[in-house]
Amino acid sequence: MTAPFPTRRQEEWRYADLDALKPVWEQLAEPVTMTVGAGEELEEIWLPSSDEVQLRRIRLALGEGAEARIFALNTAPVYGRIELEVSLAQEANFELFCANIGTGLSTNEIVTTVKHAGGRGRSRQIVRSVLNGKATGSYLGKVEVARGAQQTDAEQSVKAMLLDRGATANCKPELEIFADDVKCAHGATVGELDPMQLFYAESRGLDPASARALLLEGFVMGLWDNASDPGAICTAARDALRRVV
Amino acid sequence: MLEITDLHATVAGKAILNGLTLSVPAGEIHAIMGPNGAGKSTLGYVLAGRPGYEATGGAVTFDGQDLLGMEPHERAAAGLFLGFQYPVEIPGISYLQFLRESLNSQRRSRGEPDLSGGEFIKLARSQASLLGMDTEMLKRPVNVGFSGGEKKRAEMVQMGIMNPRFAVLDETDSGLDIDALKAVGAGINRIMRAPDKGVLLITHYQRLLDYVEPDRVHVLRNGRIERSGGPELAHELEREGYTEAAA
Repeated sequence: MTAPFPTRRQEEWRYADLDALKPVWEQLAEPVTMTVGAGEELEEIWLPSSDEVQLRRIRLALGEGAEARIFALNTAPVYGRIELEVSLAQEANFELFCANIGTGLSTNEIVTTVKHAGGRGRSRQIVRSVLNGKATGSYLGKVEVARGAQQTDAEQSVKAMLLDRGATANCKPELEIFADDVKCAHGATVGELDPMQLFYAESRGLDPASARALLLEGFVMGLWDNASDPGAICTAARDALRRVV
Repeated sequence: MLEITDLHATVAGKAILNGLTLSVPAGEIHAIMGPNGAGKSTLGYVLAGRPGYEATGGAVTFDGQDLLGMEPHERAAAGLFLGFQYPVEIPGISYLQFLRESLNSQRRSRGEPDLSGGEFIKLARSQASLLGMDTEMLKRPVNVGFSGGEKKRAEMVQMGIMNPRFAVLDETDSGLDIDALKAVGAGINRIMRAPDKGVLLITHYQRLLDYVEPDRVHVLRNGRIERSGGPELAHELEREGYTEAAA
């Protein structure tokens, strides 16, 4: 049975492009469930397709001491959404490294709910967005720390680079904490390229367009440093950046 | 080679250079000394074309070309190199990638073919080792986590790789210990001491000039050259200070 079609009144769909989603909803609606057993490890690299609308809905359950590391590139031409609901048992470790790269009128968003159910879990979400034209890039990230999930260490770092005045970045970290001995850090910045970095690169011989491209590459590429085989996602990210710069 | 004539420049609407005239012929190294706030760094930035450092009057020619009419990257391709007083950090991009793309971009502007990956690595390795820098450091993001001295050494490695025709070195000696100072001095002599090259060495102190002997020394004060002389002028300044020496 297909899930009911969402509305904008639901917080987690607030910035979504529902018009684009409607025609494909029935095929895409059901979340996929993934489980990582106690002490096991998972690494996933999610590459974009060429579809206009791309929706990925994942439920990820991490057993005791399990580790999951996800690298994702969200760069749909019309609407891309990566939705993750993660639950962490005791001492589990979850890492998400994700980029939104958007151009034109596209909307790309990352919506996460990370539930720390057991103690001493660790989650880290690093999101970088590069947007031009009238593109929108969003991150809505909720971290829930259950009663008893003491010594949870949760981090959210979100940075966006807007290349045109019409581009939009939304960032909404949300914390719901029912334990008293936890660390939940979140930081968000929205900026433009640093003029001093640009001048430094140009003074070394890079023309302005190449200097911008290189600096943006640095902004995004750092995400894939820890991937075991980053080749494909690096190539896809470079291609996406080339369309944006 | 570099001709600066009656140069006036402003930064954020404030006049910093007030009619600076200076000529550096090919084959010579000139030092510019002067008190804080005299306009030394502004001169370096105006020559390299930093946005916001506006030349409001006068002329600068480099080998007869109008330097002020060129974009920063065109000045680099023409053979001008600015050694930064505060080298800039660029996270996410390795030094090797940064320098290879920069160098090849310069080469393309001059109609020369790109260096291949192998050729470039070889060049970078040899220049790094000549300056006593660990090649592994070139795999790290540009200047990220480098100490002050390492950044300055890296500037000289960049200069060695770019092999410019003219270098403006802005306080390349600041933040260096004695060994690094010697290495940097030797680097400047090795890379830039040539009949068809020139250097403008901006410095506060005499000590770098013990390793790189200037052909001329100029005192910059209140935005113009107040005095010029031979290498002995640097010693006089060191002894007597800028105020006395100007009198």
